[in-house]
Amino acid sequence: MPKDDGIGASTKRREDTRFLTGNGKYTDDINLRGQAYVHFLRSDVAHGRITSIDSTAAEAMDGVLKVFTAADFEAAGGLPCGWQVTDRHGQPMQEPKHPILAEGKVRHVGDPIAAVVAETYEQARDAAEAIEVDIEELEAVVDMVEALEEGATKVHDDLSSNLCYDWGFVEENKDAVNEAFDKAAHVVSLELTNNRLVANPMEPRVAVGDYDPWGDSHTLYTTSQNPHVIRLLMGAFVLNIPEHKLRVVAPDVGGGFGSKIYHYAEEAFCTYAAKVLKRPVKWTSSRAEAFISDAHGRDHKTKIDLALDADHNFMAIRTETYANMGAYLSTFAPSIPTWLHGTLMAGNYRTPLIYVNVKAVFTNTVPVDAYRGAGRPEATFQLERLIDKAARELGVDPIALRRQNFIKADQFPYQTPVAVVYDTGNYDATMDKMLDLADYANFDKRVEESKARGKLRGFGIAHYIEACGIAPSNLVGQLGARAGLYESASVRVNATGSISVYTGSHSHGQGHETTFAQVVAEMIGVDANSIEIHHGDTSNTPMGMGTYGSRSLAVGGSAIVKATNKVIDKAKKIAAHLLEAAPEDIELKDGKFSVAGTDKSVDWSGVTLAAYVPHNYPLEDLEPGLEETAFYDPSNFTFPSGAYGCEIELDPETGKIDVLRFIAADDFGNIVNPMIVEGQVHGGLAQGIGQALLENCVYDDQGQLLSGSYMDYAMPRADDVRGFVVDHSCVTPCTHNPLGVKGCGEAGAIGSPPAVVNAAIDALHRAGHTHVTHIDMPLTPARVWAAMQA
Amino acid sequence: MPRVSMKVNGKPMAAEAEGRTLLSAYLREGLGLTGTHVGCDTSQCGACVVLVDGAAVKACTAFAADLDGAEVTTIEGMANADGSLGRIQQAFQDYHGLQCGFCTPGMVMSTAALLAENPKPTEDEVRHYLEGNICRCTGYQNIVRAVMAASGQDTTALAAE
Repeated sequence: MPKDDGIGASTKRREDTRFLTGNGKYTDDINLRGQAYVHFLRSDVAHGRITSIDSTAAEAMDGVLKVFTAADFEAAGGLPCGWQVTDRHGQPMQEPKHPILAEGKVRHVGDPIAAVVAETYEQARDAAEAIEVDIEELEAVVDMVEALEEGATKVHDDLSSNLCYDWGFVEENKDAVNEAFDKAAHVVSLELTNNRLVANPMEPRVAVGDYDPWGDSHTLYTTSQNPHVIRLLMGAFVLNIPEHKLRVVAPDVGGGFGSKIYHYAEEAFCTYAAKVLKRPVKWTSSRAEAFISDAHGRDHKTKIDLALDADHNFMAIRTETYANMGAYLSTFAPSIPTWLHGTLMAGNYRTPLIYVNVKAVFTNTVPVDAYRGAGRPEATFQLERLIDKAARELGVDPIALRRQNFIKADQFPYQTPVAVVYDTGNYDATMDKMLDLADYANFDKRVEESKARGKLRGFGIAHYIEACGIAPSNLVGQLGARAGLYESASVRVNATGSISVYTGSHSHGQGHETTFAQVVAEMIGVDANSIEIHHGDTSNTPMGMGTYGSRSLAVGGSAIVKATNKVIDKAKKIAAHLLEAAPEDIELKDGKFSVAGTDKSVDWSGVTLAAYVPHNYPLEDLEPGLEETAFYDPSNFTFPSGAYGCEIELDPETGKIDVLRFIAADDFGNIVNPMIVEGQVHGGLAQGIGQALLENCVYDDQGQLLSGSYMDYAMPRADDVRGFVVDHSCVTPCTHNPLGVKGCGEAGAIGSPPAVVNAAIDALHRAGHTHVTHIDMPLTPARVWAAMQA
Repeated sequence: MPRVSMKVNGKPMAAEAEGRTLLSAYLREGLGLTGTHVGCDTSQCGACVVLVDGAAVKACTAFAADLDGAEVTTIEGMANADGSLGRIQQAFQDYHGLQCGFCTPGMVMSTAALLAENPKPTEDEVRHYLEGNICRCTGYQNIVRAVMAASGQDTTALAAE
């Protein structure tokens, strides 16, 4: 059994104490002396030319310090995009400027036009209403397919069209893939939508800019998943502030789910305005503002084809996807429908030939970027829906069809035709585990029970794979990333033996303060309570890349292991000196150094004290002190996988679907804190089931957002999701990171949508509604009922 | 600006408030009690729930000026006298009923109101009562477990679902 606070223990979270007593320190809880408040005047039309802005009346109002427009940012750069995708023809994507405040044109509802800074938030908001803006409204480009038609209105006048890129992967395989389809015994096709979503962390975004004129230095407090990335992007590309004059702090952050990765205009604004006004400037987003300014997620339209031979072996997959970029390129937007999507189109299967085509499109909507799962849910949804459809058309069992085409446990490492190499996995094992936990053997009986009550019961299956632990820097560099994707850690051992760990990862709900301490406690054998985890402040943490893509433990944790090993190596040398033995004979166990085969020992604090009070110390060979930094750059992605089973009941009178039980059998590799892993899966499942049944971000054809509040955008609530059964006993450890971990943050959101939809189609078919082959998400009662009547 | 007085977490407190100042802003900015969070502007999310004269109230829906003289309990008033976690708070930690912590104050306050009127709620009753509190992190299962445990009920059936 693991120690109470070591690797494998469900240690209770230390961060909970402050969150449960109201003592969390979120960005909106930060109020600086002399702080002023900004309110952004945002466009209420989707597309238009700004013909004039008159802020005279607003500037004369009580408390107003200044009204800013684009003219105030002529010296600043646009918000940079962190990934350049190269198209099918070897050309770079089209990359429009993304100004801090709209320059000449507004391109989506919510595009900021002007910003009022005043003594109070109320004064700023009141004054914004007095700004007179004339906008010549232009036709809004909303539909992706129409946006690419000849003569379509352009979102960006200086680009050749609304096409950001036309990407083919693997382009060289295209002809071979088409030939496979010509030879196939069966071809199964599906057209589907991956609905547009809003991440909706419960904490809205906040930014507080501060400027110290005496040191000419800036501090930005912001709700970010990656403060160093913000420092680099904003400092180097937008405001021209060198890193040593710019501190970015992301304190307690109330959820992110991807939407707090990106560098946003409001961060740059507050930082800049604080210098102009010589006062701290604070912005707190309202929820209404969040809906029109936080990057959205998903929004793909896809046609996918599967070629099978006469024995039902998968021969080839071919896709054509339209991916919405919105009006501007958010920080990592171009990479999501390409490298985080196309590379996963092999799924868990031995499909030898794959061709993925993605057309990324500019529209007059909010920018779209990564949302929990990011590209991988889109890939999984296509594959797992299509395989279910194939099984139905071929008259075979969907489980058997999957198993027949699975990459088998003895075939790892497995090179897919879409560039990546899966290191480990055992898909039959997760499938077995899920079916067992689901009591699938008795499912037919439950169908009859439901039928007796007038309800339709269905069971849906999905088996997913994802690529996490992003990523090898040299590889992503070749793929167009304008950043490295390593992680950093500093382990500072204090004189009395306590340990301060500084990580470049960022916790916004994941519980790093607990799990990372468990890792270090296990390695050294000291009490986890003597270890403190620090994150979120660029002034005390080495350059780190932050938390997204389920990377924190796999990459950030590996950096901590690496730095801790350096500490242990040095500590062993100190112990060897104290014990008058050779360093190679020193063993560290349970916080005690001993000489192998003897009873001579010195405990951890004896060594740490010697390091800082080096009276008896090998000063000629070893520096005093005990503090090490490490950077870990992964050699591969990690590949979590799992089998998901969803059991639903559908009311044929109303079309309403109730998820009765949802079984997740995941292979996350080794696990540090099972309680936290389970919580991560629960949260992912709720978001995935939310996407499948409830959530939908909708624009009308004028580009007006119709789902701009919690009255209109259906967030899953406590009585919408239930019956989660989560298992992570199937373990094939990752082979290329020191902890053997794979990552668990996104799995639930990736694997669950196709399982839910497959369950609904299963219920309908069992009840004779065999004409229904697909329903686009979200499967609202109205959509299901309409499909039944069609 | 008029001065508004309330008894907050058992202590008399006062701060200035405009007529349009919401109770949430009064607590956070006026009194510096930042444990009460604001997650939306349509009184849907419940992150701002506090107890006003014993009843659960979304603090973003009430004007501070209307509540002069009220007794208010916020998340800062939920710990035991010795500073240790109160019964509901402890259950949320024990059952991992929180992740980012942002919705948590509202969840705890709604739970307090629920258990005051229904000391042994069923799972369905808990889920129905918490409909007005949105959590984006936990998927609610561990929150429901925590509430059941805080009410002294066995949660093993829930855990084994």
